[in-house]
Amino acid sequence: MDILTLFVVVPIITVLVLIFAKDLKQARVISLAGMLVQLGMAINLIVAYLHERQLVSKDTIMVFTRDIPWFESFNIHYTIGVDAISVVMIALTAFIVVAGIFISWKIDDLPKEFFITLIVLATGVFGFFISLDLFTLFVFYEIAVIPMFLLIGIWGSGPKEFSAMKLTLMLMGASAVLSIGIFGIYFNSNAGGGVLTFNILEIAKANIPVAAQNLFFPFVFVGFAVIGALFPFHTWSPSGHASAPTAVSMLHAGVLMKLGGYGVFRIAMYLLPQGALHWTDFFLVLATIGVIYGAFGAIMQKDLKYINAYASVSHLSLVLFALLMLNKTAWNGAIIQSLSHGLLTALFFALIGMVYGRTHTRDIAKLGGIMKILPFIGAVYVITGLAYLGLPGFSGFVAEMNVFVGAFEHPDLFHRVITVIVVSSIVVTAVYILRMVGKIMMGPLVNEEHANLPKAAWYEKVGLVLLMIPVVVIGTIPFGLSEMIKDSITPFLERLL
Amino acid sequence: MDYSYVIAIPLIPLAIFLLLGLFSKKIPPSISGWIGSLGLGASFVLSLYTAYHYFLEGKVNGIYQTFVYKQTWLAFSDKLHIDMGVLIDPIAVMMLVVVTTISFMVHLYSRGYMKGDDGYTRFFAYLALFSFSMLGLVLATNLFQIYIFWELVGASSFLLIGYYYTKPSAVAAAKKAFIVTRFADFGFLIGILLVSYYSGTFDFAELNNPEGIMISNWASTSFMGLSVFTWGLILIFTGGAGKSAMLPFHIWLPDAMEGPTPVSALIHAATMVVAGVYLVARLFPAFYFVQEGYALNIVAYVGAISSLFAAIIAITQNDIKRVLAFSTMSQIGYMMWALGVSKYNGHEGLGFMASMFHLFTHAMFKALLFLAAGSVIHAIHSNYLKDMGGLRKYMPITHITFLIAALSISGVPGFAGFFSKDEILAAAYEHNMLIYISGVVVAGLTALYMFRLYFGIFWGKDTSYEHPPHESPWSMKVPMLFLAVMSIIGGYIHFSEFVTADHQPFAAHLNYTLAAIASGVGILGILIAYILYKKETTIPDKIAGTFGALYTWTAHKFYFDEIYLFVTKKIIFGLIAAPAAWFDKHIVDGTMIGIGNVTVAISNKIKGLQSGKFQDYAMAFISGSVILAIVVFYLWM
Amino acid sequence: MIEGISIYEILSLSSILFFIGIYGFFTRENLIMVLMSIELILNAAAVNFVVINTYLYPDFLQGAIFSIFIIALAAAETALAIAIIINLYKLVTSVEVKDTEVMKY
Repeated sequence: MDILTLFVVVPIITVLVLIFAKDLKQARVISLAGMLVQLGMAINLIVAYLHERQLVSKDTIMVFTRDIPWFESFNIHYTIGVDAISVVMIALTAFIVVAGIFISWKIDDLPKEFFITLIVLATGVFGFFISLDLFTLFVFYEIAVIPMFLLIGIWGSGPKEFSAMKLTLMLMGASAVLSIGIFGIYFNSNAGGGVLTFNILEIAKANIPVAAQNLFFPFVFVGFAVIGALFPFHTWSPSGHASAPTAVSMLHAGVLMKLGGYGVFRIAMYLLPQGALHWTDFFLVLATIGVIYGAFGAIMQKDLKYINAYASVSHLSLVLFALLMLNKTAWNGAIIQSLSHGLLTALFFALIGMVYGRTHTRDIAKLGGIMKILPFIGAVYVITGLAYLGLPGFSGFVAEMNVFVGAFEHPDLFHRVITVIVVSSIVVTAVYILRMVGKIMMGPLVNEEHANLPKAAWYEKVGLVLLMIPVVVIGTIPFGLSEMIKDSITPFLERLL
Repeated sequence: MDYSYVIAIPLIPLAIFLLLGLFSKKIPPSISGWIGSLGLGASFVLSLYTAYHYFLEGKVNGIYQTFVYKQTWLAFSDKLHIDMGVLIDPIAVMMLVVVTTISFMVHLYSRGYMKGDDGYTRFFAYLALFSFSMLGLVLATNLFQIYIFWELVGASSFLLIGYYYTKPSAVAAAKKAFIVTRFADFGFLIGILLVSYYSGTFDFAELNNPEGIMISNWASTSFMGLSVFTWGLILIFTGGAGKSAMLPFHIWLPDAMEGPTPVSALIHAATMVVAGVYLVARLFPAFYFVQEGYALNIVAYVGAISSLFAAIIAITQNDIKRVLAFSTMSQIGYMMWALGVSKYNGHEGLGFMASMFHLFTHAMFKALLFLAAGSVIHAIHSNYLKDMGGLRKYMPITHITFLIAALSISGVPGFAGFFSKDEILAAAYEHNMLIYISGVVVAGLTALYMFRLYFGIFWGKDTSYEHPPHESPWSMKVPMLFLAVMSIIGGYIHFSEFVTADHQPFAAHLNYTLAAIASGVGILGILIAYILYKKETTIPDKIAGTFGALYTWTAHKFYFDEIYLFVTKKIIFGLIAAPAAWFDKHIVDGTMIGIGNVTVAISNKIKGLQSGKFQDYAMAFISGSVILAIVVFYLWM
Repeated sequence: MIEGISIYEILSLSSILFFIGIYGFFTRENLIMVLMSIELILNAAAVNFVVINTYLYPDFLQGAIFSIFIIALAAAETALAIAIIINLYKLVTSVEVKDTEVMKY
């Protein structure tokens, strides 16, 4: 079994074992064991990747590749391989899944089924990140998206059926658009006269006709960008997050929404470079609107999860914005921003879940002065807030600065204007983050009933610390990560020149 | 000499921060105060050692050398990369001494001031974090490093202002300080991006290099009539104006006084607020040479206006810490315009030297003023002038140290402030008469409000106190006494020997005429204060009545807070954020839900086809077959 | 080959029968009547089989056999349909078409 396929096999085995679990205790221990193995493999993968990079030649884009046909007549293969970007995304996923399991330590409603669905979702995500075949990738994408419906619909809160339905339908709609794009690529993949193929690396070698690129780029881009919260297709996210249980919000905002940016980068930009050049200005405007608009939207929200959902819209639009800037620095920023936002938003959702679990409200008007009662959660909340608004020393700063410097590499007026608009989001972000932190954590205790809330339990602390570690590591010593990603970006960038 | 050990000066506070921050529960307060103080003491000693060696041996051919030790921290592109490192030159060394001195004193003082507070350890952790950030800022080798630490001092300032986090006013002040400076930093960041894009570097050495792209080639690019580099520098100065509370970003500083008093002394009087001055000084050659000092002129006028504006407001405030806050703003305005009117070479660069000199002396006497004010507040638990009076009998040491600091800031001959202020006024006199006159007026106003405060606190009406106020403990008195000594002898340092714009010492002499005018105005201010406030009289109220509207305007700080509140509440929240939220809920989401509803409606309409009547189905089947048959028939034909 | 009667007349008869059947099938409200209409359609088909067989292939008998087959099938089908109708009657106490619309939407 090769090192990558294990990332799909381990979760499947975990799920199979979980079927025999009897109660919550067994279910969570099994899931934790499985996912800890996964986390260990992810960290091992980083090391193995760096080692393998030394051995292979510079031109090799993907390492650990493997190719098994599984549907010969349409030339569909199980093709896998990773570069630095997939590796760090896999690591991100592993971190968030483990943290999510810790946060769900005390889930009481259908625990076994919950963990099974959660891990199925994770399987899809891991599979997505290792796939190099458009069709296989699409299959894994759907595996990741569908369990969302169950997770929100069954374990959610509030208008959960409506939110689950809205989220799933909008993402399915995007999938439909995406599949048009993917088949468009597939049927144009033999411009050189060979067989049609879904293999990303093969398609990149045979250039797709420019007309087809211009036609299909928006399909692929929008198809992926909807899950990356592209304005105006972001509205599934606030209601979906608000209804989802904590671990699901974490996984969804932390990982699933990253599939969008990753797909745009890996497929839309790489396979359709001419189309990308043709369409960038249009989508840049949308992304810019998303950044500012999400931030302003977050200012006015009253529900903690809505604030974070709009903040995610803003931060993920920044990823799309950076990707559309089409240069190395900005792309590097986009990848790091994906990582950083994944970790930070997961932290935020975990913290909101902890506050909600204790006070049973997410209305900021009804919360206040929590830090005095829950010092650990309060302190982490403040730190997360500061990290979220891009304080140096945390990952967000590194990402944002890469994006901004990259965006500034375009000297024309259009890019200058939108860049300045996007940079101004750092102020708006500060406003809504401090408003939230100041209101719920600081100030006098609003509700006397909150005076005796239970302190953070060990599993909650472990979950939070687990997420905080990479945030600080990326934020304080970004050089290695940044260089590692940059090497992998180069072949993708060359396609555009 | 190898100065790389200087890196330890900021790293010691960082280590203390991590230690106290991570183990705040485990470390008893009695120890944490000592850990913080000793650590900063070590940094202080190292700084003095550095300064001693640098100023003694740092010259080659009469020019102070610049030493840089750096390491790439993050690479953006081949040209642009953020380095972390230390840069040793006269102003950096001078600032090292200032920051570590004040920080060390404040640590010692806080051990007494914060005694018994719940968050004692947390307080020292924050102080250490601030010291680390500020020292990192001072030692920065490039624009981006300074920006990084700039943000970190902003964050630690946020944490310290909001230290009493259960108090709503403290939380509001902390938020305000952070957001206003963040807004200014937005300009700073754009400025950095602009300058770095066109010059291809973040490095101070390269930016200030007379042969570098920025200085030698500023005319190559222009935007709206000004060089892009001028725009960049103006935007960078915006960041400096935000941190240094220059107009129109000053509104956060008075509110920042919600923080504990030692914090006000350290951050909002002596160190962080002069970061803007330091930033301009750091880029002084660039400011001076690019487009014949266009940006520098703006610095001068912003500084002069802020200085006058703040001095006027300070007269009418009743919260003693707010008076000191406006005084700080006014004095920083002094430093700003001193830089603004300065030229570059030799004696022409008097303004630069004077600005740094004033920064140094101001740090000493203003920190002392705050610590003394803190001592008073500690004794009577109130910030307001109306609750004070006749305290000289109860608190002799506080009284004496406050008096020394007040005399020093008023520019009375013999005290530190006199020397630095005189140099500044001399620089202005030589280059800009308008600013000189405003400077003299501010000198008079400074003496007036400072002695209004002095007489109001220590003389005046003999308030009867419920508990007789007591003198502060030695842990607080020692730092005050040390700073009092510094507020006198600080002025006798020959700054022009050490800190100059072009790194070459020159000889500065007192201009006796100007000195006489300035100190005369200062003493006049003191006399007026003596007449008005020594004994409780009704004259101040009468004067206030005469000025009427002007007085009201001044007492309300010219309604700047209200303007800001209007802009944020009404325009940003009311006209942008609320409509955006509404738009999102009703238009964008409405469209999506609308699509869903339309689908449902269509399906409702067409579901009648599935009537359940087999005869309808048969009819559909038959007619379908017939139509198909006809179509096929015609196609075949 | 039937004297005095041309094939057109017979085919006209069977067509009329067929369309009466179709008409009845669509319009009758009673299930029994619908069933009878189906019988008419089947009979029209059976007549056609016999006639066309006689005119085109007088030496063979497949058409006649088919018509017998149809009659047998019709009988079986009627039995089955009646059974369904009786069961339906037990359920809804009606043999009207409009009462059998429970399977809609």
